[in-house]
Amino acid sequence: MSASPPLANAPSLAERAYRIRRHALRMGEVQGQGYIAQALGIADVLAVAYFHAMRYRPDDPEWEGRDRFLLSIGHYAIALYAALIEAGIIPDDEIDSYGADGSRLPMSGMASYTPGMEVSGGSLGHGVALAVGFALAMKRKKSDAFVYCLFSDGECGEGSIWEGASGAGHYKLDNLIGIVDVNNQQADGPSSEVTGLENLADRFTAFGWHAQRVNGNDIEALVAAFDTARALTEPKPRVIICDTKMAKGVPFLEERERNHFLRVEPDEWQKAFVALEAGRTA
Amino acid sequence: MSEPGRTLAMGEAERVAGHSVDAPFGRALVELGHARPDIVGLTADLGKYTDIHPFRDAFPERFFNVGMAEQNLVAVSAGLARAGKTPFCTTYGVFATRRAYDYIAIACAHSRVNVKIIAGLPGLTTGYGGTHQAIEDLALMRMVPGLVVIDPCDATDIMQATHAIAAYDGPVYMRLLRASVPVILDAAQYRFAIGEARRLRQGGDVALIGTGFMTGRALQAAEAVGRDGIAAAVLHVPTLKPFDADAVAELASQVRCVITVENHVVTGGLASLVAETLFERGMTRPLVRIGLPDRFIECGSVGFLQEKYGLTAERIEQAIRAACG
Ligand SMILES: Cc1ncc(C[n+]2csc(CCOP(=O)(O)OP(=O)(O)O)c2C)c(N)n1
Ligand SMILES: [Mg+2]
Repeated sequence: MSASPPLANAPSLAERAYRIRRHALRMGEVQGQGYIAQALGIADVLAVAYFHAMRYRPDDPEWEGRDRFLLSIGHYAIALYAALIEAGIIPDDEIDSYGADGSRLPMSGMASYTPGMEVSGGSLGHGVALAVGFALAMKRKKSDAFVYCLFSDGECGEGSIWEGASGAGHYKLDNLIGIVDVNNQQADGPSSEVTGLENLADRFTAFGWHAQRVNGNDIEALVAAFDTARALTEPKPRVIICDTKMAKGVPFLEERERNHFLRVEPDEWQKAFVALEAGRTA
Repeated sequence: MSEPGRTLAMGEAERVAGHSVDAPFGRALVELGHARPDIVGLTADLGKYTDIHPFRDAFPERFFNVGMAEQNLVAVSAGLARAGKTPFCTTYGVFATRRAYDYIAIACAHSRVNVKIIAGLPGLTTGYGGTHQAIEDLALMRMVPGLVVIDPCDATDIMQATHAIAAYDGPVYMRLLRASVPVILDAAQYRFAIGEARRLRQGGDVALIGTGFMTGRALQAAEAVGRDGIAAAVLHVPTLKPFDADAVAELASQVRCVITVENHVVTGGLASLVAETLFERGMTRPLVRIGLPDRFIECGSVGFLQEKYGLTAERIEQAIRAACG
């Protein structure tokens, strides 16, 4: 993949997002439950990141010139595995091993287990500060790669996110692109009630970041936001705050009571695949 | 990760054998809440998963969810305590100990404030790997001067310990077994008291010294070898600090071999405490330490991991037979 325009016959970003959702559903079905609603919600963002914005080599995940993608939210591993499968970094046939004993695809994302997983993110609040370290190192190495970090609304409760954010602004890390998934959900309920995240963009701006807020399920808007973030000449870290809908793409799950940890009954998986397929646009 | 459902506090063995209590900690805290208006509850976005939700529902005006912010959780609790409240705050053991250590040490223990830290997912009770398994929390907490450290065995222990720590004026770290928790100890006979070990079974061949849910497995193992005429005593040590060294030394003096069993690394926790006690008192006994190795444990199902790392009655039984063979 490269930042150059996709080949004419390459799947559209919408098709990529559909496939990412499908891979995630298949993994969800293996375990019967999991962070499926998050994966469905963030699939469009991952499609744009991996198939429009990022530079990497599927057959050489450690390639030094690659853009780094740091998954701070380890519980979103199912989503990132789906993107890595679609990108060809993880073989499709490993889906059945998701969450199994000895698998390379554990329920929580860890760097030591999975190709393409840059950090171990399950203890939330690490990602932004780690990204600052990555970004400083890339600059010292004169690399032109970007460091992306995906973190979440609930995670913004951690002080370490803001320590990292403050440092990024102070160091003017223009090679750092934060992505925040605002699905208005965390373990104990809506983030707007549990944490209270008013003026999230202003908070980043106050820390010296360039901030954009977009509909994280609108591929065109995401493409524009990623393009802006990458092309910006101002010496600032950038953040793309993405409002997403949990379980996006499977309407009956979207309607289900919002929950951090989604349960899907055994007989519902087939229904979910059918519903997802029905919304396929490509 | 919150991973409900997949993680069992205990093995299926205990669950099937006896009955169990739902959210014993939360139940006990609600009882206490009615009698003690000073008690407040806090969590860091894990109310649903640390059994404090019954308290939240019963006393919403006395419950604070600080969001996912564990340092804040402990520091806010310490502030509440200094202002006269008795806070019970919950999160997972890894996040309480690793992330909020300085706040536990200074804001709570150094200031001797009345904060109770309740820590979920102790040791190998989750398959989410090194980020979620609190395998060294007892060692870390034991090092904090003046902190009471508790690892309860079952629902009876948890409910009694919750009452005991509420009555105690000072900082406490207690491990939590959550959701449906088996009952192993008979509430009519057992009495939890801070700092006291309890002899659950007599026997002159070998001493099993246990803490946390491993005590239940020690009882199973003792029963199994008892059928072959081996007399294994079981001493339950729910309080790691202050440590009941006298009870340990007394039991050790009556047997030929000592086996410690804990849901924790074998360094820094129960095994170390027992070794220190015996050596200090000039007692030499062969000591077998059953517990986790000094390494991060992988991801996997809880049953698989407990089996692999020997946190089972069978492993204890083998150790007894080897020691007495
Ligand atoms: C430091 C830390 N504290 C608590 C947790 C437990 N936990 C796992 S996910 C989660 C909620 C995170 O918020 P968010 O990512 O917004 O939740 P989601 O959108 O996935 O529902 C919590 C509290 C954790 N993994 N790490
Ligand atoms: Mg969220």
